[in-house]
Amino acid sequence: MRTRRDFIKICSLSLGATALTGGVINRLVGANVPETSSSTLRPLTGGRRVPTYCEVCFWKCAGWSHVLENGQIQKITGNMNDPQCKGRLCPRGTGGVGMFTDPDRLKTPLIRVTKNGEQTYRQASWNEALDFIAAKMKAIAEKHGPESMALFNHGSSGKYFTHLLNAFGSNNVAAPSFAQCRGPRDTGFELTFGESVSSPEVTDIRDTRCLVLIGSHIGENMHNGQVQEMSEAIDRGAVIITVDPRLSTAASKSKYWLPIKPSTDLALLLAWIHVLIYDGLYNKEYVEKYAEGFNELKEHVKNYTPEWAYGITTLKPELVRLTAREMANAAPSAIIHPGRHTSWYGDDVQRSRAIAILNALLGTWGNRGGIFFKEGIKIPDFPHPAYPKPSWSWQDTLNGRYPLAKEAVTNTIIEASIPGEGKEHIIKGWIVSGTNLIVSIPLKDQLMKAMQSLDLLVVVDTMPMEITGYADVVLPECTYLERYDDLRTTAHREPTIALRMPAVEPLYDTKPAWWISKQIGERLGLGSYYNYKDFREVLDWQLKQAGSSLKEMEQIGLKKFDRKTPVYILPGSDYKFKTESGKIQLYSHELEAAGFDPMPKLTLHPQPEEGFYRLIYGRAPMHTFSRTANNRNLVALMPENSVWINPQVAELWGLKKDQYIWLKNQSGVISNFSVKVRITERIRWDSVYIVHGFGHHHKPLTYAFGRGVNDTELISNVMVDPVMGGTGMRGNFVTFIKDKSKKEVKS
Amino acid sequence: MRYGMAIDTRKCVGCSDCVVACQTENNVPLGFCRDWVVEVVDGTYPNVSIELRSERCNHCANSPCVRCCPTGASHFEDGGIVLVEHSKCIGCGACIEACPYDARYSHPDGYVDKCTFCIHRVREGNNPACVSVCPTSCMYFGDLDDQNSKIVNVLKNRKFKSLAPEAGTKPQIFYLV
Amino acid sequence: MREELFVSGRNIPNIDPYLNIWHWQIPIYLFLGGVAAGILFFSGIFTILGKDHKMRTTVKVAPLLVPFLLVFGLFMLFLDLKHKLYFWQLYTTIRLESPMGWGAWVLMIITPISILWSASYVREIFPGWDWKFDILKTFESWLIKYRLWIAWPMTIYAVILGIYTGILLSAFNARPLWNTSILGPLFLVSGMSTAAALIIMLSKDHKERKIMGRIDILLILIELFFIVHLLMGFLAGSEAQINAASLFLGGKFTAPFFTFVVFLGLIFPAILEIFELKGFKVPVYIPAILVLLGGLIFRFIIVEAGQITRFLY
Repeated sequence: MRTRRDFIKICSLSLGATALTGGVINRLVGANVPETSSSTLRPLTGGRRVPTYCEVCFWKCAGWSHVLENGQIQKITGNMNDPQCKGRLCPRGTGGVGMFTDPDRLKTPLIRVTKNGEQTYRQASWNEALDFIAAKMKAIAEKHGPESMALFNHGSSGKYFTHLLNAFGSNNVAAPSFAQCRGPRDTGFELTFGESVSSPEVTDIRDTRCLVLIGSHIGENMHNGQVQEMSEAIDRGAVIITVDPRLSTAASKSKYWLPIKPSTDLALLLAWIHVLIYDGLYNKEYVEKYAEGFNELKEHVKNYTPEWAYGITTLKPELVRLTAREMANAAPSAIIHPGRHTSWYGDDVQRSRAIAILNALLGTWGNRGGIFFKEGIKIPDFPHPAYPKPSWSWQDTLNGRYPLAKEAVTNTIIEASIPGEGKEHIIKGWIVSGTNLIVSIPLKDQLMKAMQSLDLLVVVDTMPMEITGYADVVLPECTYLERYDDLRTTAHREPTIALRMPAVEPLYDTKPAWWISKQIGERLGLGSYYNYKDFREVLDWQLKQAGSSLKEMEQIGLKKFDRKTPVYILPGSDYKFKTESGKIQLYSHELEAAGFDPMPKLTLHPQPEEGFYRLIYGRAPMHTFSRTANNRNLVALMPENSVWINPQVAELWGLKKDQYIWLKNQSGVISNFSVKVRITERIRWDSVYIVHGFGHHHKPLTYAFGRGVNDTELISNVMVDPVMGGTGMRGNFVTFIKDKSKKEVKS
Repeated sequence: MRYGMAIDTRKCVGCSDCVVACQTENNVPLGFCRDWVVEVVDGTYPNVSIELRSERCNHCANSPCVRCCPTGASHFEDGGIVLVEHSKCIGCGACIEACPYDARYSHPDGYVDKCTFCIHRVREGNNPACVSVCPTSCMYFGDLDDQNSKIVNVLKNRKFKSLAPEAGTKPQIFYLV
Repeated sequence: MREELFVSGRNIPNIDPYLNIWHWQIPIYLFLGGVAAGILFFSGIFTILGKDHKMRTTVKVAPLLVPFLLVFGLFMLFLDLKHKLYFWQLYTTIRLESPMGWGAWVLMIITPISILWSASYVREIFPGWDWKFDILKTFESWLIKYRLWIAWPMTIYAVILGIYTGILLSAFNARPLWNTSILGPLFLVSGMSTAAALIIMLSKDHKERKIMGRIDILLILIELFFIVHLLMGFLAGSEAQINAASLFLGGKFTAPFFTFVVFLGLIFPAILEIFELKGFKVPVYIPAILVLLGGLIFRFIIVEAGQITRFLY
């Protein structure tokens, strides 16, 4: 049966070719050659550098676009003054120019139409597309209320659509970066210290004497500042302890690598806490002064000895004691790194709590080489009327679940989009900006069902990602190199402001997101929220509030400001943590009140059955999630992912290096495409590893299509964290299918 | 004056930034590269080690490529930088055969191309693009004859090796181990 | 388990995963050079020995082919060049250290010599030939008069050319399979053997064929000895050289090498030639064609296999 919202490949436009002019067809479906010849580029500037900050990942390093006389962007380099990158961009930032030159970019607005019973997209003018969206949004507001519009976002553009929705009367704004990523960590740390470690993380790796990584693979996750600081730490001879079932790059640089049995991290953490307390290694003065609930904790971990943990983690007790001692020796100049992607097993807040408690016992928070206090520049919003108060919001979709979720949970918004009896709060329209939900959200069935039930699905993106195929309207955004954007005011060691300005005018018929948001807003009668003609006015006004100006920033790109508050706890001062009592919560009353364990307890997680291997996924330094898999400059470094298999396992299965196989998970889900085998000693025999972000199945991504395997499609078992709704994704097990004939390639 | 590079394998994370930076700086066509990163994994789980090396032309002091070039297109510049003069190169491929490091390739335009140590940047007093971009700062470029240079300092204080010294080419890139 | 990989995705055409920058042009170039060198050598040496009348095909007929072989060979070299318009610069530079340049210059000298040599015999082979211009006729008589003077440098240059076809490869330190001084003599002997085979094919004189047959058998034996020597030398060498030898001793080139080069290209034709000398009726062109094909395949295999071998680090 044909569904209301058929998945449309943007290239299937050619079916409706008669309606379109040849030129449009060529622009939409044709070119395999990057359109970077000088004729297609209209330079704003000639042979000079233009400030920007990177949009390839969330680190947002400040840099320069170098534009040649002929209007080509030759290269992008880092801004020497930016403490986030110190003039050194990572490979993705350096290769960011590939986002601009990508021949597969979205080029014009598209509207879904049904022609001869066949759903297809037709090219539309911006006016048509925007009118269409505004009309639909009005209809939704009339019928269900403005709260029935939701936004999923990632990256800089999300802010403009958040503003649009807030002005419209909804605050149902969710980002996969919470429930699918850093949410458990943030919640765990907030429960313990009253605040989390932010982004970029406020870990003082530069000055640390002991860095403990647990499931965090700095160097493969190319979080620029952290990678740079870890390198400095290596130079200074800091002790690095890495816990990972895989010999990550960081593990290979560590003094201690703890090749833990997957899913047992909490046992190790509890054993470390036990050793620190019972061997008297913890920072007594600090704990006494700043922490609450120590006695309860001591009693709680009494039996969690390294010997107890040995049977669970397979890590030798001596090693656990030795590493605990290393941390204590370095303390308070030590960091048990909170990690970033922490939604693993559904008890992730508790694991993050254990990490936070370890940090507390070592006294790292507020100390040099531990976790420092960030400071940023507060820049006021451009003046606009107060937002209307929505009659309900995402908290109401939780129905009593996830009581400690501080940000909207993507999956409950998706759930609220599926009509059901007695559902009070229903969502009927989505704007999706800069996130490819199809690849970033687990529980695909739910997602599909939700998308079929919507009255409006708008996708704003630069690339024809999978999600664009489900949209009613696709809006082509210009890349970060072609637009002004909101100021970067990230808080970190030093307060800074960074400017992004266009290096060239937008290619094709693409527009910046601020413009799109303003246009929709004005059509919705929300013009007073957009009281400017050009975004430059907003930036100039905001910069003047901070004592700079757009003119100045266009020259320097980044401005540093002096700190007003101390970086660490000053000796002799009495620091108040941001918890209710002002003290670190070793014992969490908040968790207890919400009906959860006040202190982390071990949950044992299922292990793979015979013939199955735990699916561990991670990052490669040259790619950001699934968004760079089509970037020609970056795929030159890594065109596809491979599945890492231990040599013993490979021998058992008769697998050869570079052979292509399919993966099948515990529920019988078979990967869409085959994946290359990498036989390596870097992975445990009970696990396999793949880099996330490959295996695109959308043909308009002409390069990325069919290359590698998408881990998300194999993650059908999701263990949701009851505390905040994080979707634990590490409980999936895969086996190998060698015979190609048994599995046809779907397109 | 003798230019050289020291690369710290203990700091390199293999991110390949050096490769992209080189490609965009020098307009290297897609599918080709003047530098690359090698990973060597040794041992048996869980006793495994990794060596990561950013490799490129070694700008050998005894360069087989310069020796075998029939037209003098491959030549030494000041500071021992080995360069290919494109307008002199006939594309015979002898230098490609002669290089023990497979550091040269045939550019789609016909001539042979390779790392130039970013001589255009070095002459302006900058580091090569790969060195200046490296997020781990694991590369040191400088004058090996200058006793006060960072590179000489690093080489004095660390153990290092060069690649295939038995080939007798006197490579000028050193890997800190 | 040891694992070595490019993490930056390097996959350069003709360089990765194995070097293959020299394709079919270079082996043909080397083969033709070898045959030409052999013919000129025999022609020169028999002239010097005063046997030019007994060895008509060797001394007079076969050299007529040589200018064509050499020009065609140079054309192969030209085809190998990837920056062709800049070809002329081979001849505006003299770089004695460059085998490629050296070869270009050797060819530059020996090709005119071979043309002069052939020209002096044209009217003898083709009696109807007319040089038309008096100056050419004078020049021809001058050439015929000083043939012995030409024979000496021609013979020497022929040896140099024959050795050069091996040295072009052996000068590359980076390719362990090539980097052995035995390759020069081996290619010289192989070139002479293929030249002898070609002469046997062309000759209608039974006596001359017998002499060349004997020479060929001797050359084949020397060549076999050199091949054994080559492999033994590798096996006694460094790891890279042992790896190089293993390509032929169990590796991927073992079957083609021993089947087409050693057996069908050397041993079997040698046996046939011995039988022929003993008076058995063997069609002359069979061993000759086998030797020629063997020589050609030999060069293809050495060029391709050599590019696979490299230093290990």
